[in-house]
Amino acid sequence: MLAETFFIAAGLLAVIAALGMLVSRSPVRSALWLILIMLCVAGLYMTLSAEFIAVVQVLVYAGAIMVLFLFVIMLLNLGALPNLERVDFKKGVGFVLGTVILAQLVYITATASEPLVTASFDPAETGSALKIAEELFTRYALPFEIIGILLLVATVGAVMLAKRTFE
Amino acid sequence: MEIPLTWYLTLSAVLFSIGVMGVLFRSNLIVILMSIELMLNAVNLTLIAFGQFMGDITGQILVFFVISVAAAEAAVGLAIVIATFRNKLTVDVNDIKLFRH
Repeated sequence: MLAETFFIAAGLLAVIAALGMLVSRSPVRSALWLILIMLCVAGLYMTLSAEFIAVVQVLVYAGAIMVLFLFVIMLLNLGALPNLERVDFKKGVGFVLGTVILAQLVYITATASEPLVTASFDPAETGSALKIAEELFTRYALPFEIIGILLLVATVGAVMLAKRTFE
Repeated sequence: MEIPLTWYLTLSAVLFSIGVMGVLFRSNLIVILMSIELMLNAVNLTLIAFGQFMGDITGQILVFFVISVAAAEAAVGLAIVIATFRNKLTVDVNDIKLFRH
């Protein structure tokens, strides 16, 4: 019962924050709403007993990535820009498309006749840093190294892109 | 698991759809990037929910990789935003017409 109450609270807060991100005029407010979404999703990971991923979510997403976003917003001084949002054909199409995608996903979820998966496991076993590290450094050691190279290349590429001047 | 899997999937669907609407609605490049991050979060939630309900740890490994790639994506995307702003002095996608002559 407690877990369900927590799920409903975190889920509702996440949806409200997502709508707030969608409608707020200033990019800084959108970024702050997004941080709230990340924290709610981290709480939902805790209800799934995925503690390690929840901590990584807070550290990397709510910490590093959102600080990067806020830093770029500050750098570009976006509050000073004229922020006129027009209601036009594009927005109508966007609303219809988003609603259709939502309807499809909910329909698929609701009409799954048999139970989607058979839940027979010990949730305390999965989700600890020990279990993830065992898999990550044995079976997935090569992808792990490749991710390291990818992050290095992305960092160098980001620096090169940001300092590049066009004609 | 006291909470049914369907709840996680429905919440994830709602968050993903709001992310799609954010990409289609907003004209600010940075807010579009944020909406993409929101969609990645929704997909991560689905992956972890399925993985935990199947008792398989691969879902969490996959989410770990998705978070790493999302960090790289945010860095490169924001660098592109900065380059665009230096070039065009705007981050409004309606005013950026690189290929339209």
